[in-house]
Amino acid sequence: MEKIFEKTKVLNDRTMHYCPGCGHGIVHRMVGESLEELGLVDKAVVISPVGCSVFAYWYFNTDNVEASHGRAPAVGTGLKRANPELIVVSYQGDGDLASSGTAEIVHAAARGENISVIFINNAIYGMTGGQMAPTTLIGQKTATSPFGRDPKFAGYPIKVSEMLSTLRGTRYIERTALNNIANLNKTKKAIKKALELQEKKEGFSLVEILSPCPTNWGLNPPEAMDWLEKNMIPEYPLGVFKDKRADEEE
Amino acid sequence: MAEKILMKGNEAIAEAAIRAGCHLYFGYPITPQSEIPEYMSRKLPKFEDGAYIQAETEVSAINMVYGAACTGRRVMTTSSSPGISLMQEGISYIAGAELPCVLVNVMRGGPGLGNINPEQADYFQSVKGGGHGNYRLVVMAPNSVQEMADLTHDAFDIADKYRNPVMLIADGNLGQMMEPVEFKESSIGSVDHSSWSLTGMKNRDPHIITSIYLGAEEMENYVKKLYKKYDEIEKNEVRYEEYECEDAEIIIVAYGIVSRVVRNVIEDLRKQNIKAGLIRPITVWPFPSEIISKRAEQAKFLMTCEMSTGQMVEDVRLAVNGKKPVHFYGRFGGVVPTPDEIVDEIKKYL
Amino acid sequence: MPKVVINEDICKGCGLCIRICPKKVLEMGKHLNIKGYHPAVYKGEGCIGCKSCALTCPDVAIEVYK
Repeated sequence: MEKIFEKTKVLNDRTMHYCPGCGHGIVHRMVGESLEELGLVDKAVVISPVGCSVFAYWYFNTDNVEASHGRAPAVGTGLKRANPELIVVSYQGDGDLASSGTAEIVHAAARGENISVIFINNAIYGMTGGQMAPTTLIGQKTATSPFGRDPKFAGYPIKVSEMLSTLRGTRYIERTALNNIANLNKTKKAIKKALELQEKKEGFSLVEILSPCPTNWGLNPPEAMDWLEKNMIPEYPLGVFKDKRADEEE
Repeated sequence: MAEKILMKGNEAIAEAAIRAGCHLYFGYPITPQSEIPEYMSRKLPKFEDGAYIQAETEVSAINMVYGAACTGRRVMTTSSSPGISLMQEGISYIAGAELPCVLVNVMRGGPGLGNINPEQADYFQSVKGGGHGNYRLVVMAPNSVQEMADLTHDAFDIADKYRNPVMLIADGNLGQMMEPVEFKESSIGSVDHSSWSLTGMKNRDPHIITSIYLGAEEMENYVKKLYKKYDEIEKNEVRYEEYECEDAEIIIVAYGIVSRVVRNVIEDLRKQNIKAGLIRPITVWPFPSEIISKRAEQAKFLMTCEMSTGQMVEDVRLAVNGKKPVHFYGRFGGVVPTPDEIVDEIKKYL
Repeated sequence: MPKVVINEDICKGCGLCIRICPKKVLEMGKHLNIKGYHPAVYKGEGCIGCKSCALTCPDVAIEVYK
């Protein structure tokens, strides 16, 4: 009998503080494994956002830095321009990336900053207690859309992957999900690809990962995964939106 | 013998920074300091380790500075009043995370969009807070193109020494005027940041740079540590200049461009046998309270002159502590007071 | 015979592993772990070593043997 699966050494022993069934832990593992498999642990800097994963730096056995809300792509730009050998992972949620940090992510992408962005889309604000996010679905009830998101007051959800893929400066953009084994495998592949491309200095990558938030969706974890499958995937189609060097001929 | 070059104040800052080993600049255009990003955009690409990034806003620029500072390298950004307002969150984070960097505010008219004329109305913003929370910036005020260069050079050393942001407050006049300047010898400083900087954790434990301390006592202890640092700075880094104070009966306190006008005021008054002297703070934080308090003993009264509605005057009053009257004369909106106006104002109190 | 070992102290009883297991060899334990959760438990047989449970576990609480 051999052990065919164990925890990556890039994640330390500390128990993660996330809710039962939260997607963060799954993605943290994939990021850690990818760094380990690619031999990039010693060069990595993980940027923690503001959101439930504000303490992501408690878990990664890498250099880490905390960024203020939405600013991680700018912090990553500073890190990478100061030391191009670092492997910079900008780990962000939907409030961080699609609300507060819309300018930062658009411009880091447009400039083609050689960083890897992991974007956790759970259609809600977790840390602050379940308020509406730019990615909340129409009709979805949240703490600040108690009657369901109404486009009259709150507009329509923002499709980050589609939006950023229109920017020539980007290299690789893919949207994946965590709801079944096939998608879990695709998510891991996408994260690893994003890091590989950074190492090869090919430019800006973003992996948007549809992730459950059982606590704020008011569902138990298995129900939350089902809800994600039934409601988020139709709104946020999975797939590759960009996979081309910025300097390639149009 | 070092060359003297005729340069604009803004460009002198940029050149001094480059010679101090700062090859990283993240900024945004805003009048009256756009010459600085323009200069950097011309010079930095020539360095292999150089990077000029025009950020999307000042908010992003200060966060790029934060990121770059994490690597231990010298980095700066510059802006003017409304842009510095945008940077306040980032500055608080940088100070909270104990990161070295140099900031420059070439002050302009405010509040709001204001105008592009020089003003000195960001004293409160720089010295009393600006960003949220318990922290301090070392704040220095040049009054000539030569000082724009010298203080920029020194700012990097001070920032490295204390792991704290250092800010220069100039104004539109100083930024635009041209004077001869001689640059200090190039140096990149000698402080070793490897005990905390993010360089990739080869053969060492992970480093974490953060300003989050959730426990109340944990936060209190952390801030106490910061304030021990600020105590050291107050002991060691005060700078000021005195002009004709030895026998002065009237002490005028002024900084930056106004200090140059006040020198003429002193000369005019002395011609009329009025014994006036000038104390020019060069660091406005740490504030030269000691010398002001000392000279207050011999003075009949003090006057503070600023291009604002009265900001530094509060610190002068604190230093004088009620010993003698402290009057104020100010012009704002970009109006530069003339020596005659100030002389007339002083005479009101004789 | 493949098997999984679940670290009961880390498990938060989220049930995602039970949901994803293609052979339904995992179930919610009736006892409580140190944190007060009902941890997931391997029924003891039937595991095919597909690793799906380990890959979906948000707390990386599962090791897989084959």
